[in-house]
Amino acid sequence: MNFRIHIPEPKTPLPDIKTGEGLLQWISTVDHKLIGIMYLWTSVFFFIVGFAEAFLMRIQLALPNNTFLSPETYNQIFTTHGTNMIFLVLTPMIIGFATYCVPMMIGANEMAFPRLNAFSYWTFLFGGLLLYASYFAGGMPNVGWFSYAPLSEKFFSSTPGVDYWILSLLLMGIGTVSAALNLAVTTLTMRAKGLSMTRLPLFVWMVFVNSFLILAAFPVLNAGLFMLLIDRQLDAHFFLSSTGGAPIMWQHLFWGFGHPEVYILALPAFGMVSEVIPVFSRKPIFGYEFVAASSVAIMLLSFGVWAHHMFAVGLGNTFNAFFAASSMLIAVPTGVKIFNWAATMWGGSVKLTTSMLFALALLVNFTIGGLSGVGFALVPVDWRLTDSYFVVAHIHYVLIGGSLTGGLAAAYYWFPKITGRMLSEKIGKWHFWLFFIGFNCTFFVFHFLGLLGMPRRVYTYADFPYLGSLNFFSTMGAMVFGSSFILFIVNIFYSLRHGKKAENNPWNAWTLEWLTTSPPQPKNFESVPLVKSRRPLWDLMHPEDPDWKRGNSKKTQGHE
Amino acid sequence: MMLFVGSESFFFLALILSYIYYSRKGGQLSTTAGNLDIFKTSIFSILLFSSSLTIYLADLGIRRSNRKMLMFWLGATIFLGTIFIIGQGVEYSRLFKQNITISRNVFSSAFFTLTGFHGLHVVTGLIVLAIILFLIVSGRFRHLENQALRSASIYWHFVDAVWVAVFSVVYIGSLL
Repeated sequence: MNFRIHIPEPKTPLPDIKTGEGLLQWISTVDHKLIGIMYLWTSVFFFIVGFAEAFLMRIQLALPNNTFLSPETYNQIFTTHGTNMIFLVLTPMIIGFATYCVPMMIGANEMAFPRLNAFSYWTFLFGGLLLYASYFAGGMPNVGWFSYAPLSEKFFSSTPGVDYWILSLLLMGIGTVSAALNLAVTTLTMRAKGLSMTRLPLFVWMVFVNSFLILAAFPVLNAGLFMLLIDRQLDAHFFLSSTGGAPIMWQHLFWGFGHPEVYILALPAFGMVSEVIPVFSRKPIFGYEFVAASSVAIMLLSFGVWAHHMFAVGLGNTFNAFFAASSMLIAVPTGVKIFNWAATMWGGSVKLTTSMLFALALLVNFTIGGLSGVGFALVPVDWRLTDSYFVVAHIHYVLIGGSLTGGLAAAYYWFPKITGRMLSEKIGKWHFWLFFIGFNCTFFVFHFLGLLGMPRRVYTYADFPYLGSLNFFSTMGAMVFGSSFILFIVNIFYSLRHGKKAENNPWNAWTLEWLTTSPPQPKNFESVPLVKSRRPLWDLMHPEDPDWKRGNSKKTQGHE
Repeated sequence: MMLFVGSESFFFLALILSYIYYSRKGGQLSTTAGNLDIFKTSIFSILLFSSSLTIYLADLGIRRSNRKMLMFWLGATIFLGTIFIIGQGVEYSRLFKQNITISRNVFSSAFFTLTGFHGLHVVTGLIVLAIILFLIVSGRFRHLENQALRSASIYWHFVDAVWVAVFSVVYIGSLL
């Protein structure tokens, strides 16, 4: 048991926490922990921006025929809101947690390419700032987060907003691809001794699978973005039907990226709750192999479903039938995970910490989002509901109910490790319940609004029956929802100063990141024990009953 | 590096598919494709393909720790790559003289975008190889057994392989 292995550190000193100080230290760092923290703060910052935008829209829509925002402003706001939340909030949240936790969870001291890691972050950050720089250059982009051609072409959008949008996404895409590359290589090459792929923590598994999704999906988007940019700047004809181009090509390229992107945002969140649920159920995860393998299935299938965003285009029945079938198929591996988590809790002694509550909320809300998604896979349903508020409800249930909720579960789970202080459970419970109630009040009524025929992306609506009252209800919900995040930010700042000091392993968890101090020293580990099972810390704490000694368990398979 | 190259291949996959789609939009090949100079481009392509061999020989030089062999074949690779880029420049300027530019029609948009991005990748590769050659000549690489050249050579093979696909689709495809 006491057999420990030295972890190699880079020999030449890198500019990091050990040498630098203050602001310079943050700017010059290549330490994965500091970069991870910067990602997470960036995510929080842009979340506040994106939420403010959402709130402006909700105020505008609270009453019929409202004139709080002009149509032009409203178009700009919903475009930046969508782009902001997907590319500047959820993506850095996921990459932030991955950058911080993956090296520690596999017992490494650093990422495989520390400098590339810093490059990824800064490219990403300036890409994000470029999006908002368009505000000073004559108008933000106003053509929706998927910028359908030919609306996004020069003829219809002559302001530089779309150009900024393209360049911003290109930069962020480069940053994200290099981060994914780094994470995949780190997982492959930096694992502690004995930590075989079949013993990896599930969060690492999901990030690993996710990296391949990013590596394959973002280049397709980049190709499309370059074509659009060339169209706009060099007068090419890719997406202009008037001169022989094909706007539909943009849709194929965009959704060829866009659908995998949904899973890029969802899979790591699944990984987060796959860490949280077993720890707070005091049981190992049920069906480890199935959780890991279903992620691979999701990754592969997600490249074959993009055209379900395009049923209304008129691609033909055969085409639609194929994509309807593949879209229903992808619900299967996702459902497998839900059952695995439920089975993990079954018979466990469940501790309802805030982190666990968020993980449970993911199960509930993501299932609702998933069910409306399966509904959309039916072509006639899609024809009826496309471009309505039903779609808006679906995307928010998937992205907030799935990704963001998973991220919050992870935030409460890993905050003690990152900062050395516990987040207040008392404020946390308030945060959770306001979040859960506010979220459902805001977005559940969107389903009804969609069924009643309210189209998305309209800046106002006529006073038809129910539209006004439902929208008003939703705006009230948004206020509750917003207040929950004020509590969250208060909780962060309060706990950073006055929070209870965290032990090394406050949750009695089993993965390697809890082995080191809270917060970790610049060098994560002096040494890590030889990993012999999926729960190395369990083995360490229970030398009388380690996992690897139980003959019936598959956990002991693998090498050594 | 393999992962990076794999990721890049999806980028080119998207561009090549778009090219195939746009060049034959309306059921038949755009007439603009008739202006491509297949003969000259084939010669330049063969030079580029043979640069895959020269960088392989440079790689072999590393394994045999033969500094001279490495430097010679690395130089040869850079030379062949440069000739290819010059060839592409000649082809472009000839097309420009016939008033075929990126904004002429959808075929030329797709053609210049696809071949232009490939050219950009060749130039990137040339710069990387030149830096490595400079470092070797100036003696900064103490050990020839270096990851940098390994990675660069994977990248260079990839750029060549992409040109195999692009050349087949654009030039040989235009004969069909």
